[in-house]
Amino acid sequence: MSGKVISRRNILKSLTIGAAAGSVMQVIPLEAAKYAHGVIAAEKTGTAGEYQPKFFPPQQYKTLQVLCDTIFPADADSKGAVEAGAPEFIDLLTSENSDYQLKLGGGLMWLDSTCTDRYGKTYLDCDRQQQKEILDLIAYRKSAVSDPSVSQGVQFFAFLRDMTADGFFTSKIGIEYLGYIGNTFLTEFPGCPPVPGV
Amino acid sequence: MSQVNSAKKVYDVCVIGSGAGGGTAAKVLTEGGLSVVMLEAGPALNPDKDFKEHVWPYELPHRGAGIGGKARQAFSEFLAPNGFWEIDGEPYTTAPGSSFRWFRSRIEGGRTNHWGRIALRFGPADFMARSTDGMGDDWPITYDEIEPYYDKVESYIGVFGSKENVPNAPDGVFLPPPKPRCTETIIKKACDQLNITCIPSRLAILTKEVNGRAACHYCGECGRGCITASNFSSSQVMIPPAHATGRFTMIPNAMAREIVLGKNGTAEAVSYIDKTTRSEKRVYAKSFVVAASACETARLLLNSKSASFPDGIANSSGVIGRYLTDTVGSSLAGYFPQLEKVPPHNHDGVGGMHMYMPWWRFGKKNDFLRGYHIEFGGGRGMPGIGGFDGVCAEYEGYGSSLKQKCRSHYGTVIGFSGRGEMIPNENCYCDIDPTVLDRWGIPVLRFHWQWGDNELKMARDMQETFRSIIETGGGKVLVGHRNADEGNATIEKYVGDPLLAGRSSISEGGTIIHELGTVRMGNNPKTSVLNKNCQAHDVKNLFVADAAPFVTNPDKNPTLTIMALSWKTSEYLLDQAKKGEL
Repeated sequence: MSGKVISRRNILKSLTIGAAAGSVMQVIPLEAAKYAHGVIAAEKTGTAGEYQPKFFPPQQYKTLQVLCDTIFPADADSKGAVEAGAPEFIDLLTSENSDYQLKLGGGLMWLDSTCTDRYGKTYLDCDRQQQKEILDLIAYRKSAVSDPSVSQGVQFFAFLRDMTADGFFTSKIGIEYLGYIGNTFLTEFPGCPPVPGV
Repeated sequence: MSQVNSAKKVYDVCVIGSGAGGGTAAKVLTEGGLSVVMLEAGPALNPDKDFKEHVWPYELPHRGAGIGGKARQAFSEFLAPNGFWEIDGEPYTTAPGSSFRWFRSRIEGGRTNHWGRIALRFGPADFMARSTDGMGDDWPITYDEIEPYYDKVESYIGVFGSKENVPNAPDGVFLPPPKPRCTETIIKKACDQLNITCIPSRLAILTKEVNGRAACHYCGECGRGCITASNFSSSQVMIPPAHATGRFTMIPNAMAREIVLGKNGTAEAVSYIDKTTRSEKRVYAKSFVVAASACETARLLLNSKSASFPDGIANSSGVIGRYLTDTVGSSLAGYFPQLEKVPPHNHDGVGGMHMYMPWWRFGKKNDFLRGYHIEFGGGRGMPGIGGFDGVCAEYEGYGSSLKQKCRSHYGTVIGFSGRGEMIPNENCYCDIDPTVLDRWGIPVLRFHWQWGDNELKMARDMQETFRSIIETGGGKVLVGHRNADEGNATIEKYVGDPLLAGRSSISEGGTIIHELGTVRMGNNPKTSVLNKNCQAHDVKNLFVADAAPFVTNPDKNPTLTIMALSWKTSEYLLDQAKKGEL
């Protein structure tokens, strides 16, 4: 019943047999099997070396990092969005997309201006209570109705939250947190495990 | 030009396009002993290098979102090289008031590198539409005539499925189907209660080794392309045997511009643009098989003008570009709380649904003609870009509690897509835009599009069916989240008018990527372009082998029938060539 995970040796063997049996595929190159095992060289080498933001200036990038970590923080179950590389991912995409530059670059400017208006300092310089106060406003659509002066902030935060979720849940940390199991080789698909009510 | 080059090579057949239809023709024709040259508008494919199978999102800097997040809106950068709705320098236009999108793949194998692998036979009634309900037209062939070719294609490419005897959804030559996933178990139970037929799906994916191609290893990512060729693509399954004959020549990056008519009234050459040098070249052949995809094929024929054919080669009927259809699409998703209790397990399976609902009201009285099938999927797949937009919009906020909501909701959504038959109408067609050229100097297509009332009613019916399945299965219908300034994300308005309800939920024309019917076959040369052998009425050495010849667009995805028809056409061509008729 349980799906067996195929070893690298077995997959190479089966590919060789396929070729010998007169496959219409000609010969599947061995590199292909290597590739299939997901051992491709990652284009990115982890977090070695400080990431140099491509779009956000240093102060904004710091704010972005703080916001990402507030949206998906480290907790007892897993590390947070910064360790998961969400700010790098968001910066890279933003550097390539003028619409994102307006939404996120403009949004961060908006956040600092609004904090300056309300508290006399930028978001990063605000104390925890002030930061919570402004986030608790812009994190909910209903605020846009009750306080139209933050409606742009609500839009900005909703987009940043989606982007942070993308960055977090496509990371190794996020995927393990969700408990996704797969992207591997099985000789047989086991189907649905026995679960009451399913 | 042809007089200058006295040493020109003349191939037996020139095939234009390397997708499902062109690939099948290349295999059958070369194995039958003919020399074949193939023009492909894109580059050659190297699965080893070009497929991103088994890559994790975090192994790419863009995580699957593509440059600038482009893939966040549609598809993903993990997909096999697959083209897009827009191609740089190769535009198309839409007429005022029309909305239509055209997906093109400029790559060896075309759209078969990433397609959904859904391999459904058309049924006997699908070839006799007019005789059945008075709308549209009958095909010039019957199911019985194409059935042996379905057998040949399925036996060769490998299709899993099960014998079910569903009316007008014929069984085929099947490999065993995979076991259902948890999501499919839930929906099957709901469908049983509703008397909706829900059976193992029929996909061109191997559950056993076939012709040396390894069985599926259940990584669930067929759309990325499969380096073990365990699913069907023309590039991996049709083109290699053609090469193996030694009679096959592939010319990549060759954009066909015109089919050149010879002095004797038959086609003698294809003029094409070599994209690598931006120069025009010609290739000569005794016969031509156009399989560039329905609309691209129509464009090529319309652009091939001569004194004999001022409106395009083989177009004395004037119907090239007409009878354009796409599939009727509509979708809805549901949240199923019982899936929160399912422990983490490998849910991947094959790259596609393990079960589906064929049209289950065939022959019954409905408020629309023809029918639709339902595709569905969801559950604990590999997390990807955009996958948590819905949870974030529903729960809002931030912090550990939102993180936990994302985790508990992960894998609990099942999406449903209806795929229904559109009846051709006079408002849907493509023609040549009188003012716009592409970067190769070739006049581009202009699309005209209006869904008919039958399609709108069908889309409305799909929505009602999805809703009843979701609710019967213990789920809750998920509705779109509105803009932030409306303040509330979950209000849902009931729309009573069926046409209005259909209009609000029907897909945009072209977006199901089943566009076809532009060069249709028929017995009457005044109302059709091709005869029953997909041979042009006007030009006997000109054949069409993609979905352009289709007379109807049943609710069964077209690819399997493209291959069966191309196989049949190719055998006819072989026979005619042997008799010296071409």
